[in-house]
Amino acid sequence: MTLALALEQLLNGLQLGVMLFLMAAGLTLIFGVMGLINLAHGSLYMVGAFACAAVAAATGSFWLGLVASLACAAAAGAIVELLVIRRLYDRDHLDQVLATFALILMFSEGTRWLFGSFPLYLDIPPLLQGAVALPGGAQYPVYRLAIIAAGALVAFGLYLLIGKTRLGMRIRAGESDREMIGALGVDIRTLYTVVFALGAALAGLAGAMVGALQSVQVGMGEPVLILAFVVIVIGGIGSIKGALLGALLVGVVDTMGRFLLPQMLALFVPPSQAGLIGGAAASMLIYVMMAIILAMKPRGLFPAAHA
Amino acid sequence: MAEPVLELSDIVKSFGALRATDHVSLDLKPGEIHALIGPNGAGKSTLIHQICGTLRQDSGTIRLAGRDIGHLGVAERSRLGLGRTFQVSSLAPEFSALRNVMLAVQAQQGSSFRFFKPVMRDASLIDRSMAMLERVGLQDRARIPAAELSHGERRQLEIAIALALNSKAFLLDEPMAGMGPEGSKVLTGFLDTLRQEAPILLVEHDMDAVFALADRISVLVYGRVIATGTVEEIRRDPAVRTAYLGDHA
Amino acid sequence: MLNRETIANLVLAALLLAVPLAANAFGQPFYVTLATRVAILALAAAGLNLALGLGGLVSFGHAAFFGLGGYAAGILATHAFSGDPLLFGWTGTNQMPVIWLVAMLVAGLVGLFIGLISLRTSGVYFIMITLAFAQMVYYFAISWPAYGGEDGLSILVRNQFPGVNTMKPVSFFLICYGVLITALAFFVLVRASRFGSALQAARQNEVRVATVGIAPYRIRLTAFAVSAAITGLAGALFADLNRFVSPSMLSWHMSGELIVLIILGGTGRLFGPLAGAALFVVFEYVLGGLTERWQFFLGLILLGTVLFARGGLLGLLAGKARHG
Repeated sequence: MTLALALEQLLNGLQLGVMLFLMAAGLTLIFGVMGLINLAHGSLYMVGAFACAAVAAATGSFWLGLVASLACAAAAGAIVELLVIRRLYDRDHLDQVLATFALILMFSEGTRWLFGSFPLYLDIPPLLQGAVALPGGAQYPVYRLAIIAAGALVAFGLYLLIGKTRLGMRIRAGESDREMIGALGVDIRTLYTVVFALGAALAGLAGAMVGALQSVQVGMGEPVLILAFVVIVIGGIGSIKGALLGALLVGVVDTMGRFLLPQMLALFVPPSQAGLIGGAAASMLIYVMMAIILAMKPRGLFPAAHA
Repeated sequence: MAEPVLELSDIVKSFGALRATDHVSLDLKPGEIHALIGPNGAGKSTLIHQICGTLRQDSGTIRLAGRDIGHLGVAERSRLGLGRTFQVSSLAPEFSALRNVMLAVQAQQGSSFRFFKPVMRDASLIDRSMAMLERVGLQDRARIPAAELSHGERRQLEIAIALALNSKAFLLDEPMAGMGPEGSKVLTGFLDTLRQEAPILLVEHDMDAVFALADRISVLVYGRVIATGTVEEIRRDPAVRTAYLGDHA
Repeated sequence: MLNRETIANLVLAALLLAVPLAANAFGQPFYVTLATRVAILALAAAGLNLALGLGGLVSFGHAAFFGLGGYAAGILATHAFSGDPLLFGWTGTNQMPVIWLVAMLVAGLVGLFIGLISLRTSGVYFIMITLAFAQMVYYFAISWPAYGGEDGLSILVRNQFPGVNTMKPVSFFLICYGVLITALAFFVLVRASRFGSALQAARQNEVRVATVGIAPYRIRLTAFAVSAAITGLAGALFADLNRFVSPSMLSWHMSGELIVLIILGGTGRLFGPLAGAALFVVFEYVLGGLTERWQFFLGLILLGTVLFARGGLLGLLAGKARHG
């Protein structure tokens, strides 16, 4: 194992972590403010990816596609919130799970209806093609670095939005005292729609960016959704800070585990066996980590005040 | 002098900089009603939570019938004989009044890990539960779901449950709250006889009831017990008059 | 005196028996298989119903138990077929009763372990953690190639039951039907028992249960493990029905579907799982025959049920749920 390889894997882990953060931030925000568990968040990720791929294919511009992905995911989020989600705030978690599970079925099948069963492909924009040299000599794709940068930018933007703006103040008020902000005359229904659309846009952005790395297909949001659940459970549901740290932790541990575990096992058992056992163990690693963290802190690393 | 049934020694509990319970010592002797009063925010709820085990004290000991229970969970304390009622009734709403009491009787009899015998055909559960409902005057409402009982009836039901547990000490959290004048009178009469069964730590805002019932009163202000004594002693206590009854006293 | 729910239950049970027998008599084995599917899915959901309906434990990870039961059947049968030793020289078995026992044991023990950690939490945490643990099992099954990995594992010959020719669809159906009715009878007993009382009370008001001196955690953990074992048993039967086990039995869609079955039928009701499973399989068959996009409409129906008809099918047939 070389240092360059390890560095490359670490960056891959960071990139995964950043993607997970974009998903987890929306989930945790929606739970924190509205008390809603949204399984269909992965569908919004998929909507973003499809919108980006379709528009990029039609116009030839990835950047227009990116804009479209934000707009479509936000619009889909707002529509879903207005039609379905707002009927669920007063319901128990079981109803929320079922209704949003139903939405997944509809989104997945609906997308298949519109775009067919074949995956779409999205090219990396020319500006971000190519690779840069890492210390140690390995080449690392610029696009992945750009994703990391974009994620960092969004994290900072969210920090400003929630910490420094009027909207953010209302969101924070909504998290700590739902009745109060209604009493203060804030239009809570609009606030909820805006928060939901914001979360959706973040998911859509994540989907669009990842779309250029893998194929764009129905069901692509589901593995990411479940990882995002692991992230917010570890971080503490409702906490953006927890989502960020949880996402980076999960991203890096998962990637490094897949990279290191087989190599470590190779020291003890024959290489073919090591790859096998190591691979299987690595796929379970983050869940084991989650179990350990929860055994010690049942409400995650940064438990929010309520929930 | 008889051994206290429930004894709190030097309990301290802080939330950050706020000291919610400040070196509280209290005891409950056989056959007595000991009232705990204090203005809102004095820390009564925090203290109750620590006695029944939903909050853990930072330091100090809690003994029930001589046994240290300060480190035990809620269920264990109940099993050892701490019977409580809640300020806002806490019942299984879908269950009938009878089944609410039966749950206590089954817990008291020992095992809940019996999977096959139907409870509604278990005479040992039903007879004793009906007896408890009769004691509080709810026998005619036995089949009504708890959610459909009136406020006063839910209070009575909670007491029936506490009775069914063969409690060594009762911890009653504002039993008079929300009761009409007539209900309060009936309940006062009932508590008066209940003390023979087991002593009562009575947390209450209704001063008429407190003065009518209490053998002793402790006054909690800002997490501290500023006075403990008989009704007369508390009425006369200058510190209580200033802190609790206000300036006009 | 029979109330409407009991009548609806008896009719459902009779229908599930009569339809495949009639289909068999008219030489339509396909419908027998469909009915077997209903019975097995109902059994899996009945297991979940113990945790979810009685205990209020919204487990989004019961596919793990379903799949583990399936793999138990698949692995034991594979070894019995090949003669390779599995554990301590034991070469597996193709006898259903033994397979069922192993499936229940494995699913129950894994359920115990998952419950041990998950039940320390509640609400939305519990939902997500059970989901995550099930995914862990799923990914393990995919990345562990010894038993087929992603491709799954075929059971070449359906396992045997003493005195029955299990290869005849109607015989296998009757076995599954018998297991389902036994499980439902078990559910009735448990619901009415002391344990069931404590479990249901813990769903309604956890504090109340603790205050009478019953620790809710132990009650729930037991219920969760038993629930896992029953769903595991269903998994073993499902594997024998398809003569195939794959990671899709472990997928989170499966977990979702099991919850959906209960809700479609009516939460916490004895026959909710059966009503839901029947409805689901009929939807799948009828809608699937009408349109390739049947899942879209399934989603729509489910959404409608959750938003507007919370009692499920039995709620419509039998009125509001009653509690003693």
